[in-house]
Amino acid sequence: MIGEILSLSLEHLELVVITLAVAAMVAIPAAVWLARRPGPRRYAMGFANIAQTIPSLALFGFLLPLPLIGGIGKQTAIVALCLYALLPILRNTLVGILGVDAGVRESAVAMGMTPRQILIEVELPLAMPSIVAGLRIATVATIGTATIAAAIGGGGLGVFIFRGISMVDTRTVLAGAVPAALMALVADEALEWMERRLSRA
Amino acid sequence: MASAALLEIRDVSCELGGRTVLRGVSLSVAEGETVVLLGRSGSGKTTLLKTVNALVATSGGEIRFEGKSASEWDAIQLRRRMGYVIQDAGLFPHWTVERNVGLVPRLAGWPEERIRARVEELLGMVGLAPADFRARYPRQLSGGQRQRVGIARALAADPPLLLLDEPFAALDPITRYDLQRQFLELRRSVRKAALFVTHDVREALMMGSRIALLAEGRIDTLTTPEEFVKVESNEARAFRAALETK
Repeated sequence: MIGEILSLSLEHLELVVITLAVAAMVAIPAAVWLARRPGPRRYAMGFANIAQTIPSLALFGFLLPLPLIGGIGKQTAIVALCLYALLPILRNTLVGILGVDAGVRESAVAMGMTPRQILIEVELPLAMPSIVAGLRIATVATIGTATIAAAIGGGGLGVFIFRGISMVDTRTVLAGAVPAALMALVADEALEWMERRLSRA
Repeated sequence: MASAALLEIRDVSCELGGRTVLRGVSLSVAEGETVVLLGRSGSGKTTLLKTVNALVATSGGEIRFEGKSASEWDAIQLRRRMGYVIQDAGLFPHWTVERNVGLVPRLAGWPEERIRARVEELLGMVGLAPADFRARYPRQLSGGQRQRVGIARALAADPPLLLLDEPFAALDPITRYDLQRQFLELRRSVRKAALFVTHDVREALMMGSRIALLAEGRIDTLTTPEEFVKVESNEARAFRAALETK
């Protein structure tokens, strides 16, 4: 049992890490691009908001029959999890960039910084606490939602939960739920610590 | 005078969001001279200042700087030849005083040691002991100190022209007076030309070699401080009345 908890926890962690890496690589550049374009921003936020409202079990179901991204297994699970993780990262990155003080941005332009320099040296560093906050929200949510990945063969701690439900065995359910909850708590604390450090700098 | 001017603004108009903010403004700034742009809120004085360093696009007229039309300048290079100071200093909150002040030299590719030496010199010039202030962050400074850092940053790469947008407006009266006096002294020693926006007629009389009084996007009066007290336009009278009741 202990051995299986460990291996499924690792598998769970793998799902979460890959999901967040992919979601961050999509959402942060997208937010940077959208920050200067109010028109497309509305549509992108709308899409991300809608993706968020689809019940997770249903979303896994929708993705199953799709070619390339669908099918039984981890890949489908990661695609679905990414869709959920996108919104908090996208929104917080946007809030962070758009929240840079107007006087600071104006000074940066007036000092003769190029748009690229302003982004890299001023906007992104000042947005960093907000970006990390977005990553934290996405991480905690993904750790929880990833338990549903087991329903489509994605593995992870959800395997225990679904097995426990079908066997009507609370202990097996807890073997999945407790490690997942612990993982979420630890991730939350760690990222919150990072966020605080960054806001002080 | 026309050919010797560092900055020439010729018949400049500007529209922002469908509203006409500037209506054919002409003005020149000679080397070493401070021209104050005085006016009420909404008179166009800040917009005029921002057209000079291309923060705001003009919709008519021409701006020439160092003998070259603004259209021939690369906006980035143009801005690096003009120091810029705004009301709450606009310092970068995530950078130390040293990094803030050294920004434009760094952008211009100066070597490290030269930037360090220059920052030290500038902090001394604006009355901040380098050893005490170099490593501080803007939030660890008082309003007056932040403004001094803002001025040091604007002077860093030795630009021939300074643009100041109500630089002392947010300070308490004593600190303001202190900085005004020091700025005058500083400007005498480094001989910079300056465009100085203010709505404070007292400050205008104190700082200006000349005063350009703006009203509704036009220059109402352009004269020396000595002459300003005799000008008979309505707007000038209104500003003088404000001075007397203080």
